[in-house]
Formats: sequence, C-alpha cells, structure tokens
Amino acid sequence: MTAETTNTRARRSLPSMSVLGPIVALVVLVAIGAMMNSNFLGAANITNVLARSAFIGIIAVGMTFVITAGGLDLSVGSMAAFIAGLMILVMNAALPSMGVGVPIILLGMLVAVVAGILAGLLNGFLITTVGIEAFIVTLGTMGIYRSLVTWLADGGTLSLDFGLRTFYRPVYFEGILGISWPIIVFAIVVIVGELLMSRARFGRHCAAIGSNEAVAHYSNVDVNRTRLLTYAMLGLLVGVATIMYVPRLGSASASTGLLWELEAIAAVIIGGTVLKGGFGRVWGTVIGVLILSLIDNILNLTDLVSPYLNGAIQGVIIILAVILQREAKAKG
Amino acid sequence: MTAEQVLCLRDVRKSFGPVEVLHGVNLDLRAGEVLALIGENGAGKSTTMKILAGYQPATSGRILLEGEEVTFGSLHDGEEAGIVMIHQEFNLAEQLTVEQNIFLGRELRRGPFLDKRKMRELTRGYLDRVNCRVDPDTKVSALSNSDKQMVEIAKALSRDARVLIMDEPTAVLTGSETEVLFDQVRRMTAQGTAVLFTSHKLGEVAEIADHVTVLRDGSVVHDDRASEITEDGMATAMVGRDVSDLYPAKVGRPGEVMLSVRGLTVPGHARNVGFELRQGEILGVAGLIGAGRTEAFEGLCGLRPASAERIEIAGREVTIKKPRDALDHGLCYLTEDRKLRGLLLDKTMRVNLTLQALDRFGGWMIDRAAEDRALDKAIDEFDIRAGRRTMAVGNLSGGNQQKLLLAKIMQSEPAILIADEPTRGIDIGTKQQIYAFLRDLAAKGHAVVVISSEMQEVIGLADRVLVMRTGEVAGTLTGDELTEDAIVRLAVGLGANDKEKVA
Repeated sequence: MTAETTNTRARRSLPSMSVLGPIVALVVLVAIGAMMNSNFLGAANITNVLARSAFIGIIAVGMTFVITAGGLDLSVGSMAAFIAGLMILVMNAALPSMGVGVPIILLGMLVAVVAGILAGLLNGFLITTVGIEAFIVTLGTMGIYRSLVTWLADGGTLSLDFGLRTFYRPVYFEGILGISWPIIVFAIVVIVGELLMSRARFGRHCAAIGSNEAVAHYSNVDVNRTRLLTYAMLGLLVGVATIMYVPRLGSASASTGLLWELEAIAAVIIGGTVLKGGFGRVWGTVIGVLILSLIDNILNLTDLVSPYLNGAIQGVIIILAVILQREAKAKG
Repeated sequence: MTAEQVLCLRDVRKSFGPVEVLHGVNLDLRAGEVLALIGENGAGKSTTMKILAGYQPATSGRILLEGEEVTFGSLHDGEEAGIVMIHQEFNLAEQLTVEQNIFLGRELRRGPFLDKRKMRELTRGYLDRVNCRVDPDTKVSALSNSDKQMVEIAKALSRDARVLIMDEPTAVLTGSETEVLFDQVRRMTAQGTAVLFTSHKLGEVAEIADHVTVLRDGSVVHDDRASEITEDGMATAMVGRDVSDLYPAKVGRPGEVMLSVRGLTVPGHARNVGFELRQGEILGVAGLIGAGRTEAFEGLCGLRPASAERIEIAGREVTIKKPRDALDHGLCYLTEDRKLRGLLLDKTMRVNLTLQALDRFGGWMIDRAAEDRALDKAIDEFDIRAGRRTMAVGNLSGGNQQKLLLAKIMQSEPAILIADEPTRGIDIGTKQQIYAFLRDLAAKGHAVVVISSEMQEVIGLADRVLVMRTGEVAGTLTGDELTEDAIVRLAVGLGANDKEKVA
C-alpha cells in the first residue's frame, strides 16, 4: 500500500502544462527583459516592479478566493479609489485635532481596513443573502464607488495634507533591509493566502462551493457564510492595498484604481484559477501579477514595441493562458 | 437466430491510457430483437454502447453494419447510419421546448422559414405514439424525468432509428411508465428496429429481452437467448458468484428509541410527519415518486426549510435548523443524487471523502496525512475500486461512486443514518455489499432509515416500513404485513385507514 501511495504521489508531482505554463511564461519574460536592457535585473528595477505589482497583487490574492468559490468582484478598483478618498478626507479632517504623527496614520489605516471590510460585506450580503448574481451586484457597486469618489473630490483630486504626506511617504518608499513595505506586505498576504487556500479548511470549502454548490450544501459546508467571508476578505485586502497606495501619490481622484478589477481578474486567470470556480491557487495568481507587470515594465524599458500596445499584449497573454490550460485539462 | 444482424462488434478492445477496459467483445444486434446488455457497474457496458453509437472509437476490433465494416468518425456518422443512443443523463436542451428538442439540428423548413405547422403535427404524432401527454410547447426543464425519457424516445422515433441504444432507460421510470416504454419498444422491434438496452432490474430484462449478453470485467461471459437464462442465472453470471442471499438476515433486536419525530412539516412537500426509530433497527420508507419522502427527511436534517412540533434524539429534545445541527446530534443524510448533490465530480476521492467531516481532520489547517489514512481505510472497508487515487471522482463507475459517498457520510460517524435510494443505478454485487453494510451498522447499535422506490429492497432490507403518500404518513407495516401488495395499497391510498377518510 505504501509503495503504491508513494508511486501515485510521484506521478502527481510531475508538473503538468497548467502548472508549468505560467512559470515558463514568467521565465521567458525575465529572459527577454534581461536581454533587452541591462538595467532590467538591477535591484532598482526589480524593487520598482515588485512594489508596483503589490497593489494589484494583494487584491488579486483576495480575488482568487472569490473566484474559486464561484464568485466575481468587479468593484475592487472603484472600491480602492473610494477608500483612498475616504482615508484622505478623514486624515485631513483629523489633522487639526491630532496633528502629524503615528496616531493619525493609524487612524487612516483603520478607516481603510474597516471601510474595505464593510464594502466587501455589502457585496457579499447582496450576493448571498439577497441572492443577486455577483456580476450584477459588483457592476452596481463598481459604479457607486467610482461615482462617490468623484463626488467627494468634486470632480477633481483629493489631496492629502502636505505635512502628512511627507510623514506617510515612507510606508510606500521605505522598508526593512532595503525591501519596501508594499513588497513585505504583499509577501505576507501571499504566504497566508497560499496556506489558507491549499492547506486550510476555508480554502477547501471555497473550492467545494465553486465546484458544486449543492454538494457543498449537502456536505455541511455553510455556503453563504463562506462566500460572504471571501468578499469580506477581498474588501479587507483592498483596504490594505489602499493603505500602501495612498502614500505613493498622496491623492485620490476619479481615475484612481481604474481597471484594477480587470487586472486582478486577469492575474488570477493567468495563474491557473478556473473562472467558473472550483479550483484556485494563490501562487499562480502571484505569477499572473508578475507576468502582467513585467510586460508593462519591458515595454517601458525597451523601444521595440510601443508601450501603448501594453493592453493588447496582456490581452493576448490572458487568452493564451486559458487556451493552454484548457488543452492541458483535456489531455489530463 | 435467423434474424438479420444489423450491427455487430467483433473482437473489440478499448483502452484508456494503459488500462484495457474491454477485452475483445463480440456482440450482435439483430433486426426486430431486443438485446439486453447487463453487467455490474464498471463491467464495460457504457463503453460498449458508446463504441456502438460512435461516441468513442474502439482501440482495436471491427464494427460491422449489415455485414460491412464501418468506422464512425463521430456521433453524427452514427446517427446517419440510423443508430440512436439515449443517455441515462438525458441529451436534451433544457431551455428549449419539447418540439424544438425533437427537431433540434434537423428543423423542417419551408423556404427560409421554419415549417412550424408540420413540426407541430409530427411532434404530436410521436408523443401520441409513446403515450406522452406533455404539451409540445413545454420547456424540457419543466418536465419530470419520466417525461424526459419519453421525449427522448419520441426523438428517436423521429429519426427512424434502425438501432436504438438505451442506457438504463427505466432507472427513473415508475412501473406503469416502464410498461408504456416496453410497449413502445415492442412496437419498434415489430417494425424491424434493433434495440439494445441496459438495466439493473433483472425482472425487466427477463420480461422484454429476446437475447441477453452479460459483461463482466470487460469480457462477455454469457451470450444466449433470453429464454435460456433465469434471473438468478443472470445475477450469478454478472457477479461471478452466487447472489441468492442478496439481503442480509434481519437479526435486529430493536433497542431504545433513538429518534422520535412529531409533526414534521416541510412546506409544499410534507405535512405532519411523525415516526419513531429505534437503535439497531432499519426503517424502510416507501412511497411513490413525489410522495415527499426525500423532502421530509431533508427537512428533518436541516437541508431545507422545515418545522416540527418535537424532535427527540436519544430522549432529548433538539432543534435542527441547519445541517450542522443535525450532524452535531449524530444525524446524517445520504443523498439520493450522488452526482449533483453527493460528490464533487471534478475532485479526487480524498477531497470528497473528508469534505463533510473536515473538522475531524486537523483544525484550521487540514491534516492531509490523516486524510490519506482515512482514504486507505475507506477503500479497504468499502471495497472501492479506482484506477488511480488521483483521478477525478466523476470517472469512477456508479457503484464505486456510491460506495465512496457512503464512506464520506460515515466519516461523520452518525448515530442515525438516513440513506436515500442508497442503491439507485448500481449493480447487484455492489447492492449486496451496501445492504450488508447497512445491516451491520444497525447491528452495531446505530439506527438506519432507508428511503427506496424499489419495493423488493424495502421489504428485503427493512425491519419496519413507513409508507408515505402525498406528503403524509399513510401507514407503517411490520412482520407479515410487509408485502408488496400492502405497500402499494398504502402508497396509492387504498389502505384500510385511508378508506374511511376517503369515504
């Protein structure tokens, strides 16, 4: 029996196309980048790429759970903009009484996290308890948050007070041991997410719901609660991403976080998570995010292809990723 | 014997990867005859049928159509040749109407437009021939399983099938519906159609088949006129051992009352259901399809909205609002629909086995080693035969899926097990194993409820039978009262108690 088990395990560990595909694509991109530009592998560029990936990456980890459980969230980009606007407003308003210092930054962070969780819970409540399709609900909230931030900014830009901005800046630009905070936070989110997805009950329940809701219900999985939690978790992560994002520019406007939802969904799909749910992997999402950022980065560093074609190339990659995975599935 | 051979398989082999599942099968379909292809789940019946109908190519061997060797490149080639297959899981577009389905892909036209009148007329004719009274404008999604079956047959009629292949057509039909189906089959064979059908109900095989071919483990082990073999003979040939002792002996000495239910109501399905269940007892629940049996017990287990005056488990009153509550009180429901409600077909056995009782395998983090140990144990205990442990559960045969489902439910170690149609669509050998398991469970002091539409099964297995009719308990039968006749009388409302009410 033991011999047989090890045998099957060994066979399972042979990487299939769906596992190899994203990794190979990433390696190829890195090789192309390195050949094109000598600065590509420099510490400055790598830090830049990773730090910029962190926002989408943190959100995409949450999105992986939502999609795995058979859901979808189109509102995350607008949600990020709205939370950023709210954070800035609250911090500016508290400035006269609290002054520049750690407490006011913590207050801002608390606002972001709470607002994120509440926004996620609202999506989740409408989808699970009220029973409206995820696509419709989040299409609606996407419009609502985008419009709210435009209204708060009165059509322009909400800016963080200059003194506060200077104080808050290190959260994006500095870190420990030369690794900036966004990268550290991203790494922690990824590690926790991967453990949660592949090792924990919660991840197993998400996959079961996405695979077949009725079976999950009959198997004592609290379908609505688990779904609600995926949306709340995504909202929380949007809040965390916004905490990292605000110090970068110190402002929020109607165009903040534009199309983030699509980039996050694209990263999840490129990483091998199935769009209709039932199977997801967080590490794949990370690779998906890196692939998307690297394309952007390479186009900016080289003048071979116009950076304006970035979207086109990303689009091709998304479609290719899905085709490759489908073929691998058909064979397997 | 003298009848013309329409479709034959000669030394057909089929391999999936390195595994050969058909080892040189010979089969003859003759015009005007019904061939019953029987065998245990996983014996290769489905594969054989798919090769005949052109769904799958054979790895080697020949297919002869009226003596000529043919290769079906696709399903379409098969249909062109007049071979129609009706699947167990129907092949109808749920969102289209009955008429649209019957003519799907072959719509009649007059000029550039659909000839709706002609199609309507023909549809009526086909439906009349199968005694099916559904409106051609009904959406298929609104039909019952038996009506869907009839629509499939009407569709086959419309294609002038020379060969009709039916995969367990009677599994979802009631007795009278089966009779209608068989009348139609007889009419078709009288017109020269060759029919192949599979069934686990050997009584039906004896009734309708002219010829019986038995498959076991991918080989033909018996091939002769139906008159040459008895039902017992068929069962023995299928299983390869004697199965006359299908049901285990009823040794149960019922003990304390484990479960007492009073005034259980499931809106729209069941009213005021009450019963008692004792330790060591198997309680059968019989009734017609639609009598509210499944719904009542799903309601009891918190799987759908329900209310009850009083539920007592082991003498203590309990409230059950959600499945978790039922499990906490040791009450567990085994669904009748293993494919849509029981198992995650695209997941592995390990994931399926532990899903319901995941909290028993580690805390927040899942203990995979413990899961693997549980799977080892389940495979051994329930005799689950799977090629690879990593394969998707959807690729297991029905019997093995059912055994896995049972193993999954047992991971929660229920004190009270409610098994809904525990042997639907599985072969006789596996049935015997499941019966033995359930009896053994009762003997160990658990309490078992078996909901079943097969009367033989309820009578053979249960100590006591509760009969339901239109959402209410029509009566309970024990000992000598326990006959098919008595169950039917209660189920259709001819019971002694009911007579008074009706009058």
